[in-house]
Amino acid sequence: MYGFLIAVGALLLLSVVWMVYRIQTLVSVVKGSDKKIATGSNKVNAFLFLVFLVGSGALMFWYSVKEFDNYQMPVASEHGVITDELFWITMAVTGIVFLITHILLFVFPYKYQYKEGRKAAFYPENHKLEIIWTAVPGVVMAGLVISGWMAWSDITAPAPEKAHVVEIMGYQFAWDVRYPGKDNVLGDYDYRLINASNSHGIDFTDKNSIDDFPSPRVVIPKGEPVLFKIRARDVLHSVFAPHMRLKMDAVPGMPTRFWFVPTKTTEEMRAELKNPEFEYEIACTEICGRGHFSMKKVIEVVEPAAYQKWLSEQKTFIQQNPSLAEGLKSETKELAGIN
Amino acid sequence: MATATVASQNTAVHEHQDSHDHEHHDNFITKYLFTTDHKMIAKQFLVTGMFWALIGGFLSTLFRLQLGFPDMNLEFLRPLLGGWIDEAGKLDPTFYLALVTMHGTIMVFFVLTAGLSGTFSNFLIPLQIGARDMASGFMNMLSYWFFFVSGVIMFISLFLKTGPAAGGWVVYPPLSALEQAIPGSGMGMTLWLIAMVFFIASSLLGGINYITTVINLRTKGMSFSRLPLTIWAFFLTAVIGILSFPVLFAAALLLVFDRSFGTSFYLSDIYVAGEALPNTGGSPVLYQHLFWFLGHPEVYIVLLPALGITSEVIATNSRKPIFGYKAMIISMLGITILSFIVWAHHMFVSGMNPFLGSIFMFLTLIIAVPSAVKVFNYLTTLWKGNLIFTPGMLFSIGLVSFFISGGLTGIFLGNSAIDIQLHDTYFVVAHFHLVMGSASFFGMMAGVYHWFPKMFGRMMDAKLGYIHFWFTFVGVYMIFFPMHYIGIAGFPRRYYSWTNFEFTNSYTDLNMFVSIAAIITFAAQAIFLFNFFYSMYRGRKATLNPWNSNTLEWTTPLHPGHGNWPGEIPTVYRWPYDYSKPGAAEDFIPQHIPLSQTPESNLPHEQELVKVELEIMREEADLVANESKH
Repeated sequence: MYGFLIAVGALLLLSVVWMVYRIQTLVSVVKGSDKKIATGSNKVNAFLFLVFLVGSGALMFWYSVKEFDNYQMPVASEHGVITDELFWITMAVTGIVFLITHILLFVFPYKYQYKEGRKAAFYPENHKLEIIWTAVPGVVMAGLVISGWMAWSDITAPAPEKAHVVEIMGYQFAWDVRYPGKDNVLGDYDYRLINASNSHGIDFTDKNSIDDFPSPRVVIPKGEPVLFKIRARDVLHSVFAPHMRLKMDAVPGMPTRFWFVPTKTTEEMRAELKNPEFEYEIACTEICGRGHFSMKKVIEVVEPAAYQKWLSEQKTFIQQNPSLAEGLKSETKELAGIN
Repeated sequence: MATATVASQNTAVHEHQDSHDHEHHDNFITKYLFTTDHKMIAKQFLVTGMFWALIGGFLSTLFRLQLGFPDMNLEFLRPLLGGWIDEAGKLDPTFYLALVTMHGTIMVFFVLTAGLSGTFSNFLIPLQIGARDMASGFMNMLSYWFFFVSGVIMFISLFLKTGPAAGGWVVYPPLSALEQAIPGSGMGMTLWLIAMVFFIASSLLGGINYITTVINLRTKGMSFSRLPLTIWAFFLTAVIGILSFPVLFAAALLLVFDRSFGTSFYLSDIYVAGEALPNTGGSPVLYQHLFWFLGHPEVYIVLLPALGITSEVIATNSRKPIFGYKAMIISMLGITILSFIVWAHHMFVSGMNPFLGSIFMFLTLIIAVPSAVKVFNYLTTLWKGNLIFTPGMLFSIGLVSFFISGGLTGIFLGNSAIDIQLHDTYFVVAHFHLVMGSASFFGMMAGVYHWFPKMFGRMMDAKLGYIHFWFTFVGVYMIFFPMHYIGIAGFPRRYYSWTNFEFTNSYTDLNMFVSIAAIITFAAQAIFLFNFFYSMYRGRKATLNPWNSNTLEWTTPLHPGHGNWPGEIPTVYRWPYDYSKPGAAEDFIPQHIPLSQTPESNLPHEQELVKVELEIMREEADLVANESKH
């Protein structure tokens, strides 16, 4: 019944619109305005451009100011401070250009709208102007590029040797975390060794893997360099830690890396944001299938001392599951602390 | 010299055409289906493009429903989507990915490449350069029908039980190569690849034709320095297409091998669905390089025709010559060349060598310069004009606005250091929907409103055009401007839901606002559809040159037949932008008016050319007289 009423209503509405349209057309024929070069609509459109400029400009400023704290994400890494600064410098430069060009773009239509008897200026070229507005953007862009390039080179430079290594492996649809243990060297892996009890495909015949341990969350020390070694098991994923300003694809068959220095512990950030529930998060930013939107991992940034304490408390893969050591040489088993 | 040979070619073509017209009677099939008339092929591309735009737009309203109203019961969509709505009335997450994938594929390739270039290159190149038809009408026909087949295959894939391709419009392997990873990578992906192969063939056939026609079939006097900017844009677009689409073909072919014949071009070290695959040594990054070698130029394939149309429409309706005609051409040439050497800026965080990232950052930000020049030139063209706001003009001004807004955000994304945070967030979505999607769409609309009288001999209703423009213009900003905030806040793309993460567990209000704006804007396109089809049959009869424009297409009869001009093709004596020339009686002097007829408005250097012009005309008359003796 409702469906029928809606259909009738829609039909009536359409026929009203239709009548208005027809009448409007006939009126314009009677008035002869359809033969004019520019009708009254020309003035209306010219004016609407001004209205749009003022209205949308005001809306933009109002919302940008009001929401600043909501879209401006707090930063918690050393390089993040630099890239944020670059972002806002670029915002200032492009913002000025945005405003000036849009004011011109919408004021000109109002100012130079059609007037009968007026003739437009015949102004086909001006080499000096062209050169100026080729050179000025060129110089500005060069400035932006060079500052961006310097930051990029620093960020992507090799990690300091003492950086704490954490391996993050993406798979459908979660992240697995592996720590290198006391030696700070991750053991070898081979995707053909992956099975139910060895989700990383760790090669336990490699001595470096014996003290490797898993962790349900990424725990890292504040103020010390951390190196994420990133890989994927099935399809592309991408590690995105928004507060760290960190993003790097996880590629099957091609390990990638990203190093950074966290600057605020989780506790400090909770205090700063007055949000006791706050956690640093890792999300996936490369489409990877059905659960793409749910690949979450928590990063916990702690004081260096707490980090060392945490490290010493962790159990290695082999300690957690001695069956992984089956078939290993007895000396390796000794190293692993099981017999 | 060159003009003389072109002239003799044209007379030959012309005579052949005359005799052809008399004995030829078109039936329905040869006139509307398997036609070789470039004007009808253009209309075929246009209507097909509109069909796909509706499908693509409709898909976007579906996923906007999910994003804006995540708790909504979508049970009412079950008659349409069937099993993709689960028992709780929710959209299936896999199908959500299929929706965004197909939306992207359809809009980029079927609407903004075929629908835009296919329509206006076909329609305008012969008409504006003064040719009877394309260099090869048959190839042109094939181009459309390859596109049609491609569309049919893609359309069928929408109805597969396992769904259409769902790995994003970029279809990165391994996701797109492994059926185990996502069901859309089964038959859906196979059909996607087959459809793209047909599409690439179509686009190459078209492109070769456009280039050949522009180079060889220009009428007498139509030198490259007198070509309308539309033609320059279509010409360079075709060049880009011919050089880049084959690379997509290669990428797709290798993907086919990996999917079906066990090769390892893109696959390596994969453990999926409880099984270690035998593939080793491949690289997913290789695919990304190949894909973006097309993918980035593709942006300009989509954008340049729109900019060309805008140049023409803005100049005509400003009653002013386009400012910096040569600078515009040089900018387009610059964009054409640079578009091939910036592709890896889509891959800053793909794991490729960071040094490569540095190089591509430098190259990318160079391309901003010619784009900036184009914007300044548009603004200067408006300055001191006598602006007439036809719907085409409104859409052109809208395009310039989107080009600025979306172009400026490209400066953030082209900077690899800033891109680390913004990559694959909604900031990117906002950026390319404005600069490439909406700008090109507005170029297409400007073109339809401007050349509708030439296509159908009738006018579209201007008032409906205004309403359509303001709804769409405001609507597009309401959809895409808020996405910048969402993107800066770090919201990733292609997310089915935001509630899993604390950092994205906000802005539900803004997402709802965007969705409502999207649905209203999509609905507003009905105004255009009505206007288009109603005006086609019942619109006011157009005059021969309704916008008082200078270009050659307005010298043809109201309903030009196959061959365009009933008599001889007009000769061109001047550039296409003699608007409001000082001294002239009217505010426009069409291209086919000789300088010798306008002594009152000729500039000093033109006055000198009058002598040469008269001499050529005399020689020409002798030639014709001699020929008729034989």
